[in-house]
Amino acid sequence: MPIMSVEDFSFTYAAAPARSLNSINLPIKKNSITSLIGPSGCGKSTLLRSLNRMHDLYTNNEYEGRLMLLNETTLEMENILDIKKENEFIQLRQRVGMIFQKPTPFPMSIFDNVAYGLRLSGIKNKTELKDRVEDALKGSALFGEVSDRLNKSAMGLSGGQQQRLCIARAVALKPELLLFDEPTSALDPISTAAIEELIVELKKDVSVAIVTHNMQQASRISDYTAFMYLGDLIEYGETEQIFLNPREKKTEDYITGRFG
Amino acid sequence: MMEKLFKTLSFMSATLVMVLLASIFISLFNSAKPAIDEFGIGFIKEKEWGKEVPIDNPVSTVVDTTEQKKVEPAPASDDSLEALLGGGNDDTPMKTIYGGFIPIVGTLLSTLIAMAFALPIAMGIAVFLAEIAPKKISNVVGIAIELLAAIPSIIFGMWGLFYFAPLVQELVGGYQVSLLTAGLVLGVMILPFMAAITRDSMKTTPDVLKESAYALGATKFEVIRDIIFPYSKAGIIGSIILALGRALGETMAVAFLIGSVFSLPSALNSPTVSIPVAMANSFGEATGMKTSALFYLAFLLFIISFSVISVAKFYFLRKDK
Amino acid sequence: MRLLLNKIVLLLSTLSALIGLAFLAWILFTLIGKGLSSLHFSLFLNDLIDGGLRNLIVGQFIMAGIASLIGIPVGMMAGIYLQEYGRGRYVRFIRDLSDIMMSAPSIVIGAFVYAIVVVPMHGTSGIAGSIALSIMMIPIVINTTDNMLSLVPRELREAGIALGASKSRVIVDIIIKAAKVGIMTGLLLSFARIIGETAPLLFTSETSNYFSVNLTEAYPSLTVSIYALANDPTSSSRDLAWAASFILTMMVLMINLLGRYITRKKG
Ligand SMILES: Nc1ncnc2c1ncn2[C@@H]1O[C@H](COP(=O)(O)OP(=O)(O)OP(=O)(O)O)[C@@H](O)[C@H]1O
Ligand SMILES: [Mg+2]
Repeated sequence: MPIMSVEDFSFTYAAAPARSLNSINLPIKKNSITSLIGPSGCGKSTLLRSLNRMHDLYTNNEYEGRLMLLNETTLEMENILDIKKENEFIQLRQRVGMIFQKPTPFPMSIFDNVAYGLRLSGIKNKTELKDRVEDALKGSALFGEVSDRLNKSAMGLSGGQQQRLCIARAVALKPELLLFDEPTSALDPISTAAIEELIVELKKDVSVAIVTHNMQQASRISDYTAFMYLGDLIEYGETEQIFLNPREKKTEDYITGRFG
Repeated sequence: MMEKLFKTLSFMSATLVMVLLASIFISLFNSAKPAIDEFGIGFIKEKEWGKEVPIDNPVSTVVDTTEQKKVEPAPASDDSLEALLGGGNDDTPMKTIYGGFIPIVGTLLSTLIAMAFALPIAMGIAVFLAEIAPKKISNVVGIAIELLAAIPSIIFGMWGLFYFAPLVQELVGGYQVSLLTAGLVLGVMILPFMAAITRDSMKTTPDVLKESAYALGATKFEVIRDIIFPYSKAGIIGSIILALGRALGETMAVAFLIGSVFSLPSALNSPTVSIPVAMANSFGEATGMKTSALFYLAFLLFIISFSVISVAKFYFLRKDK
Repeated sequence: MRLLLNKIVLLLSTLSALIGLAFLAWILFTLIGKGLSSLHFSLFLNDLIDGGLRNLIVGQFIMAGIASLIGIPVGMMAGIYLQEYGRGRYVRFIRDLSDIMMSAPSIVIGAFVYAIVVVPMHGTSGIAGSIALSIMMIPIVINTTDNMLSLVPRELREAGIALGASKSRVIVDIIIKAAKVGIMTGLLLSFARIIGETAPLLFTSETSNYFSVNLTEAYPSLTVSIYALANDPTSSSRDLAWAASFILTMMVLMINLLGRYITRKKG
């Protein structure tokens, strides 16, 4: 059962002359990792940012089609494009978290960073906050490194630590789906390995969609892979099949490095 | 040859800035010297301006600087009206006391009123421009605000005197020319400046940082409060202080409205004077010790605004990374 | 609760913007209303002594023009030094001083020029007024030049040098050209700033009722005369002050908009 199902989805930026995504159909399966690959400008980020309606921060962008998100209590699929009210947006973003290319620690302490979303969602109780922050930090393999300086500014952490902090911050809200947009492209190989390991670990509790330019990364960690090209979804399948036995010529050319 | 000349000229032009600032400092000090010698530091708490007193019986505050009692005979009284009012009899040698307390207080209070009025509105405008308005509206309103900031201050003064002050008077009573109306018009004048530079500071907050907060379910207000304000705090405070510096030294917007009388304002809506206005209105006709006292005021104003702006620049608006 | 607070804050902020716009509209409409009703073509033909504004407008332009003749080359050369020649602490020091000077109270600049020009010359003069305005202008021009040159990519400089051009040639022919639009805009805005100044002229140039090309005597100034006329109780003087204010503001806003237009068009 997919947690999210992208159906005939098209997207047009207000400032762009034409569609950036053309009628995409794609499932994002539960408790698995789906990677989005494709050459620069093909619309990976655009698709990813549609899944939590991040585009709505900027006016006049146009969605078409359906983005169905599984409601885990009723087990029904609901179209997140129907969302109009502010509180529904807030709920959606708590259910669908996002991690960006560059680490984005907030200008506050490590603890407050992780507690930020929790506090917003109304958790005031000190011990509960502390427990959930600790859980999130442990779940993001960061607790050991920062437990003695939780009240220090998050700006003092290394890039890799900052990125894991951002993951902890998102995980703390217990989201159903996590969106990663090239989360390791600004990091060194060791931090990258740590993050990859962490993402695979996260799969137990949450579904993941990840945009990456790194073919090895996609093949190492993901269960499913979608290849996009010029706003179209060219091919989707199990990662092994896409990399070993692509059906489309374009996919093969791309993963063998003939363009992109 | 050309090369060398060009480089030397550019170096000299840059150095001219330092030379100019130093000359301003020195020449203001020199011109103020007679008053500084005469009244000392007690000048800043002396409430009299242009009062004739017998030489042997100096007014209280001058006592602080008794070492300097080698007072010269009163400069052949420059201001005949004041001489008349002083009513000194011709036999006792008289001298005229000038003190800066009232204009200093007037400057500070009018600035305070201006800031209290402008600050919340300017923050609101900045937030609106940086975060709330759609791009097109933000651009148009932004240009309008910048145009408002470009209007010469004398226009604010005239508009304030003939249109704004009567309205304020109707609402709160008192005089049309008063500390309150002067402060409010000053506030209107610094409002667009403060809003524009605060907006610029807020705009330095990276989009991804804001998006990360939205991605955690924050509302716009929460993003503004928790992300944008903390991130651009230094820039915002710096902008506010720059606006404060501008208010302290503003002449024309205040000159029409403050009343230009050397008396402590008994209430918000009574008239008084500020340093720039004292200079604007008295400098032309002044001679002797009065000119020197005005230079003393100018010197103090220069020091105050120099310090305020330095604080803004060095603590908050450091550009170099 | 969170949503309500959000709504309230957004509303207040929008309200602030409306207040700002309302002030602009109020001032502009006052100016247009009072200004246009007092405006007459003859104002441009007669001098103040005959109830016109011609000498004042010309005088204000001449003083601002002379100030620009001093301020623009000096400010640009200094800006060039800061970006292209200078190094390290001295550059930072001068840049800070220039920023501070830019925010110095204009009345204090007036007092300074009074002390160094008016007193030695035994009287107010167009020269003193021009010097006061040029001192106002220099740091503004430095700031613009400095900022605009900093936007020129390093490669452009290196490419010029690599072709064997001397540094001054590269600066004049390539770097200034590359930053031309921004600098032009900045210069226009700084001209707009000084042409509307009153305080530095009050006791340097003062003003005069007559047309004058003699810069060694008290010189006609539009802004200083506005101050005098507005404080005059007769209604004809006030009307004249409004007409002058209208003209002044339109000039300043036009120059401002022109500057923006250039950036928009070519930037
Ligand atoms: N804000 C925007 N307004 C208009 N067009 C945009 C905007 N953002 C992206 N685009 C366009 O949409 C298309 C898809 O961009 P997108 O950022 O999704 O690509 P991407 O696959 O993520 O590329 P990359 O690998 O470089 O991150 C591109 O052609 C881009 O130019
Ligand atoms: Mg991308």
